[in-house]
Amino acid sequence: MSLKLTALLKSPWVFHLSTGSCNNCDIEIIDCLTPRFDIERFGMLLAGSIKHADVLLVTGSANRKCIPRIKRVYEQMPKPCFVVAIGECALSRGMFIHSYNCPVPIDHILPVDAYIPGCPPKPEAIIAGAVKLIEKVKNGTAKKAKNEK
Amino acid sequence: MIYIGYLIVFGCCLTAVLGLFTSWVDRKVTARVQYRVGPPVLQPVFDVIKLLGKETLIPDGASKLTFLAAPVVGLSSVILVSTILWMNVIHPQQTFLGDLIVVLYLLTVPSMSIIMGGFASGNPLASIGSSREMKLILSYELPFVLAILVPVIHSHYSIRLGDILNMQSGSGVIIGNFSGSIAFIVALLCVQAKLGLVPFDMPEAETEIIGGPFVEYSGAGLAIFRLMKNMLLFVMPFFLMILFMGGIRFDGIHIFNALLKYLGTVALITVIRNTNPRVRIDQALRFFWGPMTVLAIIAIILAYRGW
Ligand code: SF4
Repeated sequence: MSLKLTALLKSPWVFHLSTGSCNNCDIEIIDCLTPRFDIERFGMLLAGSIKHADVLLVTGSANRKCIPRIKRVYEQMPKPCFVVAIGECALSRGMFIHSYNCPVPIDHILPVDAYIPGCPPKPEAIIAGAVKLIEKVKNGTAKKAKNEK
Repeated sequence: MIYIGYLIVFGCCLTAVLGLFTSWVDRKVTARVQYRVGPPVLQPVFDVIKLLGKETLIPDGASKLTFLAAPVVGLSSVILVSTILWMNVIHPQQTFLGDLIVVLYLLTVPSMSIIMGGFASGNPLASIGSSREMKLILSYELPFVLAILVPVIHSHYSIRLGDILNMQSGSGVIIGNFSGSIAFIVALLCVQAKLGLVPFDMPEAETEIIGGPFVEYSGAGLAIFRLMKNMLLFVMPFFLMILFMGGIRFDGIHIFNALLKYLGTVALITVIRNTNPRVRIDQALRFFWGPMTVLAIIAIILAYRGW
């Protein structure tokens, strides 16, 4: 694994994007930064601007208004980068599966590297998902790690 | 030739290493204050390496040259300042007259580079951040310069850092005097604003204008800005140590002593940053031009009377 990817895995800065979630998943993400879970141990920081981010955390069920914006945010993220879908809504649209306004799940829009199920997932589950993502990148099977610019 | 050696070894490498280490100390102390564990020692190094490996995006409508040049300008001025400071500590006799003034000027350049980069990026949030940074410079420079006059007066009106250091090794550190300790408090708060730390971090204000001037920076530009900020985090306490606490001496027990002084200053800055909320820009202006300037003037009068 190159030095570039090693460093990336040691300090993944996350940016969280809510695409019409009920806000509960977002609260659980913020929970990971609290003293009890403290993901800064692993070098993760919450980035304010998408241009500083390495990992895009997507929550919510991607409604029609949001889809072009999700794509724009993803395009603005400097590569190499990863996408993580958090919560049942982002994975499969959850309870909104029959809604006229949620045409597709997130992984039809973005190349998702890790899925974290739950409604909302516990902070422990989110950390476990992050560990799985890191394993995946180390094995070289992550989608974004290969097509770096 | 020897000066280039100093520039590379001390100004560039040693300051970068110490700066990255200081920023780890800062993050670790912050984490401990909040009952967290905090990042590992090499974390700041990994941050910079990672950012260097990422793509650099230039926003549409940005002024390209200024946008890319701004971080380099800031970093090079910090390297110059730290070279001058190290030269003074190692050979107090060999420096030139007026290097204190040169250092003061060069220390404003990092803030200028942040302003340049922010305005060049063409982002409204970055413009707000840059204009706040500008107001912040206007507010803290006056008390900072006044506070620095106190060591100058104590060392018989010499504007050479070497003379200030020699005076202190002869007749006790300046912070030991009454006027010196007042001036140190004023200078410390100004340094807090210069470093852009809470309570004076309104130019960046992560939660409010998401990073201010740095919003549009990514990849190498952001890496250089981060390195500049981390090096500044070493250079500013070092400058205060030279002015008020007799600098660093390399013989025997004095190294340990210097380390204690340095870590003490950094810990003080970190604790101030962790126990205060962010103030508004007008409050900062009032704070620096009001109480801080008055305190600095009192310190100057006391120093003039020889206290
Ligand atoms: S998965 Fe559940 S908690 Fe998360 S946004 Fe959807 S409904 Fe809310």
